[in-house]
Amino acid sequence: SEALFGEAEPETKMISMEKAEEAKLKAKYPNLGSKPGGSDFLRKRLQKGKYFDSGDYNMAKATKNKQLPVASVEKTEITGDHIPTPQDLPQRKPSLVASKLAV
Amino acid sequence: AMAGVGGGNDFQWCFSQVKGAIDEDVAEADIISTVEFNYSGDLLATGDKGGRVVIFQREQESKNRPLSRGEYNVYSTFQSHEPEFDYLKSLEIEEKINKIRWLPQQNAAHFLLSTNDKTIKLWKISERDKRAEGYNLKDEDGRLRDPFRITSLRVPVLMPMDLMVEASPRRIFANAHTYHINSISVNSDHETYLSADDLRINLWHLEITDRSFNIVDIKPANMEELTEVITAAECHPHQCNVFVYSSSKGTIRLCDMRAAALCDRHSKFFEEPEDPSSRSFFSEIISSISDVKFSHSGRYMMTRDYLSVKVWDLNMENRPVETYQVHEYLRSKLCSLYENDCIFDKFECCWNGSDSAIMTGSYNNFFRMFDRNTRRDITLEASRENSKPRAILKPRKVCTGGKRKKDEISVDSLDFNKKILHTAWHPKENVIAVAATNNLYIFQDKIN
Repeated sequence: SEALFGEAEPETKMISMEKAEEAKLKAKYPNLGSKPGGSDFLRKRLQKGKYFDSGDYNMAKATKNKQLPVASVEKTEITGDHIPTPQDLPQRKPSLVASKLAV
Repeated sequence: AMAGVGGGNDFQWCFSQVKGAIDEDVAEADIISTVEFNYSGDLLATGDKGGRVVIFQREQESKNRPLSRGEYNVYSTFQSHEPEFDYLKSLEIEEKINKIRWLPQQNAAHFLLSTNDKTIKLWKISERDKRAEGYNLKDEDGRLRDPFRITSLRVPVLMPMDLMVEASPRRIFANAHTYHINSISVNSDHETYLSADDLRINLWHLEITDRSFNIVDIKPANMEELTEVITAAECHPHQCNVFVYSSSKGTIRLCDMRAAALCDRHSKFFEEPEDPSSRSFFSEIISSISDVKFSHSGRYMMTRDYLSVKVWDLNMENRPVETYQVHEYLRSKLCSLYENDCIFDKFECCWNGSDSAIMTGSYNNFFRMFDRNTRRDITLEASRENSKPRAILKPRKVCTGGKRKKDEISVDSLDFNKKILHTAWHPKENVIAVAATNNLYIFQDKIN
């Protein structure tokens, strides 16, 4: 017969705990679909990493990588005053730093 | 003999080493995403979210430094994968290393496969400790000399140099997966390997990168009918025609590649029966299998779902032979674990070398070990507070209700951000590697 180890609750208690948790969730989100493991959830999983376009992706990356505080903009700066050159543009690719495990 | 779990008189786990930064601010790139010993246990590889691989090598015993017996030190590190963007589908391709699998060693070099969501790479790690010197074909500034001006034949001599460990990508297996790769597994024939994504499994030859065979395809004709995805896959350790794959519905299928070219029809189907009246909103989600591992013997396999680890006898499909509760107390927290997405965490599991014990991770930097023979289980913690050299790890206990004893921790105090998803057990000895977010802990047994 099957061996059961570790701390096991009697099965009836298990079921009622789970159903109590389900009731809690449905109380918070009444529009939650009745088939949770079904297509909506799985399709969302398959869509992981989807962006609207590459511009959207690069914007998201830039925001994530911004770790330094933004330098305060000088009040005298006028937009349109300076024509950007490739050297002026911020690096979009994050610099490849060695792993801290290898220190 | 190889014992697995503490509690006996003759066995205890001790802290050995910890790798990684101490500071509280964890950069996402530093989060360890896979840990794997090689076949001898002398090498330990880690992969992280930043696409980097770090390989540690075990120090040989030495009379000069007896205390560093068995210490793992950095051997090689390299950038395996880089972030990409699929412009055609507007999909981000993360550089995170999902899995590393070593190839059995056949010569002086070491080979491993590393994979992100889309591309698998074969890396060769080799040592160079000599260099040829004494060429007289070039000028001092490196320009080739005019052959007519070279009047003597000088044979270069191999001179010793400081050991250099080089990693080079030998094969790139790309463009075979539409969905996200979750598993790779080297076959026992040492010539082929499989890669699995959410809906398909491919078989590759290690020498051939421009072709792979699709052996499982569960994509429905109409994606609206999708009910189940592949979560993990592994080749049988001895039978090169057999592999298994697990699903998000808690089932495992064993397939035989001799039976058909396309293994959509399984040879064996493993599922534990469930009472339909006990089903809840969470049932399917917590039954989703996050990892499947064959025992070294090849007679059993182990599956990890959200709350438990199950051992299956390959000859019995209708239920597991052993079930171990990892953190049953979380059943009363499923609502909040769904809200904070923890219910979707993918824990891995592993066997010890003799298959007498199994290990898996939990929250609060706890990890659990189960001894299959003595029926004992233990909860240990990977923490900087227990990190004095050779300090014995004290068993931990979660208080599930009522009075909390001293040294116990209550369920509500558990830190769900401290997840141990990846653990590895040395193939021959009682040495384990535990990944705690951005830190790698190594624990060893203490021989009394």
